[in-house]
Amino acid sequence: MSDHPLWRRLQPFAALLLVVGLIGAPLWLVIVTAGKSQGEAINPNFSLPTHWHLLDNVRQVWVDADVPAAFLGSMLIVAPTVVLVLLLGSMAAWVLARRTSRLMAVLYAVGISGIILPPAVVTVVLLLRQLGLAGTAIGMICVYLGIYLSTVIFFVTGFVRTIPESLEEAAQIDGAGPMLVFRRIVLPLLRPVLATATILICLYVWNDVFYAFFVVGGRLDTLPLNLFRVASAGLYLNNWHLIFAYVILMSLPLVVVFAVAQRKIISGITGGAVK
Amino acid sequence: MPTTAELPVRARASAAPAPAPRVIRRRTHPMWFLLPAYALLVVFFVLPTLFNFVYAFTDWSGFKSAINPVGFDNFTSLASDGTLFRSLRITLIYAVLVAVFQNVFGFGLAVLLERDTLVNRIARTFFLVPVLMSALAVGYIFQALLKPAGALNGVFGIGYAWLGDTTWTLVVVALIHAWKWMGLSMLIYLAGLKTVPEDVMEAARIDGASRWRTFWTIRAPLLAPAVTFTVATALLGSMNGFDIVQATTGGGPARTTEILNIFIYRTFGQGLFAQATTMSLVLFLLVALLAFPVIYLLRKREEIL
Repeated sequence: MSDHPLWRRLQPFAALLLVVGLIGAPLWLVIVTAGKSQGEAINPNFSLPTHWHLLDNVRQVWVDADVPAAFLGSMLIVAPTVVLVLLLGSMAAWVLARRTSRLMAVLYAVGISGIILPPAVVTVVLLLRQLGLAGTAIGMICVYLGIYLSTVIFFVTGFVRTIPESLEEAAQIDGAGPMLVFRRIVLPLLRPVLATATILICLYVWNDVFYAFFVVGGRLDTLPLNLFRVASAGLYLNNWHLIFAYVILMSLPLVVVFAVAQRKIISGITGGAVK
Repeated sequence: MPTTAELPVRARASAAPAPAPRVIRRRTHPMWFLLPAYALLVVFFVLPTLFNFVYAFTDWSGFKSAINPVGFDNFTSLASDGTLFRSLRITLIYAVLVAVFQNVFGFGLAVLLERDTLVNRIARTFFLVPVLMSALAVGYIFQALLKPAGALNGVFGIGYAWLGDTTWTLVVVALIHAWKWMGLSMLIYLAGLKTVPEDVMEAARIDGASRWRTFWTIRAPLLAPAVTFTVATALLGSMNGFDIVQATTGGGPARTTEILNIFIYRTFGQGLFAQATTMSLVLFLLVALLAFPVIYLLRKREEIL
């Protein structure tokens, strides 16, 4: 805001102070508590553990809470959801962006309404029961598709409108059908916006617990559902060392993704927001 | 036909008269590309929403298999014991508090960390960590921080029950929600600050405007699109919130933080499906009624500024 010399000198310290106080302290609490023994962790505080038990705690959570099964469950749902939501969403978005008529405007409005409107979580369970998909991974994937297709359609339609149509026309004149044009010309051009959408959808679905409760709760385990069970089970109540060992375990994949693709994530998150 | 002149290649390729643009569109961008996405949207999003309007008026429950229409009974019973309006009030207060906190924090951070220095880049990265974390995990972290014998009270040597106050806990939970998402608002405001052209700033400086004045009269108004986006997403996100409240208070103390989704989750777990559906419909109507005017108003403000 200001280029005043004094501010210039003080600003780095203010920034560091905020990082330490607002982000550092809670993360520090997670790490030291995850490293403590049960007795030490009953009342969580910022002190270092007398002896580090981090690996023991992680191992105990890994075995007792059956983390591998939950991890598999999460992967089983996240991977197909992301692939399908991107593919089907961008197919629809391409045509929505290129054809202009009143009908298309209405269809577009319907298509993106899911960004704003909350999904009907209770009745979707009833619907899945009628379809024989209740409690299955397929049912869960379909529910996520219904919720997040809107986000993809919104982002991709906006992006397609910025791509000149001449590239497609060249291929069409050479006799390429719509399938070929979409796969060979349009899809490669969509890479930046698809990267954004991948990150957003991964984040939403990987961390989701609310929709998962209703659709697959008790039938299929995902990491957040499992964490919730671990944290609310009487056996683990107030076992902060195990809860935080789990939090570390669960956050690791996202931290790795973040470390690798930080620049992409930042440009992705901000890309759609400000014109 | 004028179109033949525009499409010489096509005209030469086929002896038939060139088709109208609309026909070409139908061929090059066929409607069936919409089919899979819209089929899923209709079956798994629109249909359950329509179901909401049906099953909210029935006695659907986990205790019996028959489902009978009961008219407005669910609404009147929820309204008469005060649950309906209390949940609505709590959800609205929560949403407004989150929107305010998240935007104030995000804006403050963006202004503080605007210059591209090494320290600022590292700081921005750290503020993004909560955005990526699971909201459930965030809730547990703050439960450990804020419980009466927790880490925060340990530092100050007090025993205040941050999450056990029937008046202020809602504010505390809203602050936690804002803490999780402030990094996102920060990024969007940072991107917004970057869109202000340098020459406009320079012109103002040459005209003798103070830094304070340049900031508030030139840069801040140009942030309007960023404000629209973050206010709208914060409002909608927190009205549809669940994880953080569930992990910190579970709706307590004395149901003073029971936002609509917590109520839906609780009653669904008890097998009271019709009540849960009714509240789900209430949430839908609340968001639908609020979202459009909010976005419209914010857009309007963008135009004026």
